[in-house]
Amino acid sequence: MFFIDPHIHMVSRTTADYEMLALSGVVAVSEPAFWAGFDRSPAGFMDYFRQLTEFEPRRAAQFGIEHYCWICLNPKEAEDLGKAREVLAEIPKFLACPSVLGVGEIGLNKNTPNEAKVFQQHVQIAIDAAHQPRDGAKHELILIHTPHLEDKLKGTRMILDMLRDFGSAIDPSRVLIDHVEEHTISLVKDAGFWAGMTIYPISKATPARAVDMIETHGAERLCVNAAADWGVSDPLNTHRTMLEAQRRGHKLPELLKVFHNNPAEFFGQNPKFKIRPIEVQYVMHHG
Amino acid sequence: MEMAQQSPGGLTAVQVLDTYFLEARARLIELAAALDRIDRAPGAGAVRADPRLTFIQDSLQILQRSEPGRARAIQELYSLK
Repeated sequence: MFFIDPHIHMVSRTTADYEMLALSGVVAVSEPAFWAGFDRSPAGFMDYFRQLTEFEPRRAAQFGIEHYCWICLNPKEAEDLGKAREVLAEIPKFLACPSVLGVGEIGLNKNTPNEAKVFQQHVQIAIDAAHQPRDGAKHELILIHTPHLEDKLKGTRMILDMLRDFGSAIDPSRVLIDHVEEHTISLVKDAGFWAGMTIYPISKATPARAVDMIETHGAERLCVNAAADWGVSDPLNTHRTMLEAQRRGHKLPELLKVFHNNPAEFFGQNPKFKIRPIEVQYVMHHG
Repeated sequence: MEMAQQSPGGLTAVQVLDTYFLEARARLIELAAALDRIDRAPGAGAVRADPRLTFIQDSLQILQRSEPGRARAIQELYSLK
């Protein structure tokens, strides 16, 4: 079984975790830019983006794992419009780096007007960056964080409204809206976007609930991730979700679709992403 | 000392709520999801009278009591007599 974790914050993990991921069949990770646990300075963001684009790919490569990343000013720090202006001005330069897949994880935190403004500015950057002749893509890939807990439903609606306001400039197939749960997954999928489920203690989904959502809403345009950041999190939560699905009788082709091929399909829209979906033939023996 | 008077490590009620609310919320959602999962499965109607589901429903009644002793009551509910 092979895995791609589409949303995992490896800067908050030790190198031993890379080894563990490699031993567990992870062939690639995708790491969005996020909040450090404290507010950074604009210069601090530049160092962080270099860590994502230079150091982490080297660390991952020791274990044969492809490391990709996303660049943005995280929603939690978007309240500071001055900082946002300085950081956003540098994003286009980093989008050109060989392991950067797109703009993310942008989104909302407490659903404030400033956060919304900075979200829209990020989307515009993704649109403007795609006007380089390449493959006809409307915009760079976009990865979106939806708020935690009681802010999630309202924030998800706000995000969808703002994306709708961009009209035909947005291609839903090039946008993944993450951290969906039972009350937001339909909103995201019905609007044609990709959806990500995060398996994380207390504040997000569990393996069992994630498999429930896959069964209820279908595996199309759906990914599972471990996030694995500053809380009591586990980089193998994606694997635990696979085991839960297996426990219920889901077979290898279905498991590969969710845990490897869906991420490969979404990220593969950026030519930098080297891994393609794989096919397995599953022979049923009778008698 | 009466059970109701044993303070949880010196925390006030608000502090206990602050500490444990999110965990309780997560477990309620987990329970709701488990019940939904049963309803989604073939034969859901036939298991409605299963004693294990009756146990869950009776436990939910216990959770609505306003006095302490709920955890013990649920344990006793599930114990062989």
